[in-house]
Amino acid sequence: MWKPALTEQVSVSVNGIPLAVPKGTTVAVAVLLKGASCRKSVTGQPRGPLCGMGICFECRVEISGTPHCRSCQIVCEPGMGIRTHE
Amino acid sequence: MNRVIRQEFDVVVVGAGPAGMAAATCAAESGLHVGMVDDNPGIGGQIWRGDTVNSAAEAKPWAQRLAAAKVDVVCGTRVFGNPEAGVLLAERGPDVCELKYRKLVLATGARERFLPFSGWTLPNVMGAGGLQAMVKSGLPIEGKRIVVAGTGPLLLAAAAYLRRHRANVLMVCEQQSWTALLRFGFGLLGHQQKIRQAMSLRRDLGGTPFMPNCWPVEALGTDSLERVVIQRNGKTETIDCDYLACGFHLVPNTEIAELLGCRIRNSYVNVDEFQQTSQADIFGAGEITGIGGLDLSIVEGQIAGFAAAGNKDAARKFFKMQRNMRNFARVMDKTFALRPELKRLASPATIICRCEDVPYSRLSRHTSWRAAKLETRCGMGPCQGRVCGPATRFLFGWSPDSVRPPIFPTSLENLAVVSQPIAEHCGVAGERG
Repeated sequence: MWKPALTEQVSVSVNGIPLAVPKGTTVAVAVLLKGASCRKSVTGQPRGPLCGMGICFECRVEISGTPHCRSCQIVCEPGMGIRTHE
Repeated sequence: MNRVIRQEFDVVVVGAGPAGMAAATCAAESGLHVGMVDDNPGIGGQIWRGDTVNSAAEAKPWAQRLAAAKVDVVCGTRVFGNPEAGVLLAERGPDVCELKYRKLVLATGARERFLPFSGWTLPNVMGAGGLQAMVKSGLPIEGKRIVVAGTGPLLLAAAAYLRRHRANVLMVCEQQSWTALLRFGFGLLGHQQKIRQAMSLRRDLGGTPFMPNCWPVEALGTDSLERVVIQRNGKTETIDCDYLACGFHLVPNTEIAELLGCRIRNSYVNVDEFQQTSQADIFGAGEITGIGGLDLSIVEGQIAGFAAAGNKDAARKFFKMQRNMRNFARVMDKTFALRPELKRLASPATIICRCEDVPYSRLSRHTSWRAAKLETRCGMGPCQGRVCGPATRFLFGWSPDSVRPPIFPTSLENLAVVSQPIAEHCGVAGERG
């Protein structure tokens, strides 16, 4: 029987926990899928994506050691180590 | 190690949305070497974000023409400065791009206007276009309970999109009154295409209630959104939901235009019928010249692309459509004007500047954007006032300061890397003089 091809998956980790996402998924979405918020505000509030288009800077996370990456503008690549404030 | 990548074009187009794609295509089809730069990972802008650029009916032919015209597409690259006339600096990952142009087309689009209310900083409170962008970037929302709220045609488009992705859209709350919306409906009578679009949105909305005179007053939840309180006809109601998709129409991204000295009128980049700005050699197209939607953006993009290529006769063919659609844009601005009650949504404790966590109470005692910035750091965080600027303009009537480089935060390394070549360029220019 014919079966549709599975969408290609990309493996990343969010706060050390492995996660596979369909190719083309942004880092912001990977973080949301793990139920995490992205950053802590200057007074310690949890924050997540607002604008979804790289304007608001609320979705900043650390990606493979680089801090302050706007996760909504970056597509997941194999092996990325994503860290939120947690 | 940062590299400096130098590229030289006849025409550089900033923004790869519909207006930018149309402009780049028309300039390249006129025989010029064209580069198109955008900070998003792919072309299409917000409306054709992600895969939609290869599937949406209107997008596909443009994506194909763009490719056939051999436009050099430079994505994931964000313009942050303009060291001298004819040169833009942009950041791409750790590298810096120096883009030289003879003509420049700005098609930097628009962003949502966000208005502060209690709880609007909770995770899962997003823009209406914001949530739509997240879904286009892979967020599954099947069965999620979503309240769509704010104002403007984007609410209906977002709600319809979310429903097509099997979300449980509970309601669409539009702050404007029925009277104003009906007037808008009659205003559409001369625009058959707009009526067709509206009808198809209506179909996609199915049974989702559309509620005018209605807006969010509070978002509640501990670590993220759990409930939203809406006000409708003077009464409040609490609704459990997973996401609040909330935006108050659009504001143009005029930062680069301002940096380059283009005249701004009524918040938009001022252009003539050839889409030329007040600066020779710089054209503006799409939402930055007035919020007119997809069709106007494409028309303006084509005019700007042909005009930048010096192909004025080809540009003139679109003038009639341009005039007609610009009237529509003016009607839309009036229709979705914000009601004054929304100024009272923020309480003294409500955060207005999300980057620096500045509450309303610390801002309300100031008389200008500049004074508030100096005293409270409002608007001085990484978003550089892109979110709180339009909000404080509405809340307090403040006008923004002039734009200064870098227009986006970039690393000191990048600024240092570029200082050397700029000095060299200046030297060369000086010797010639």
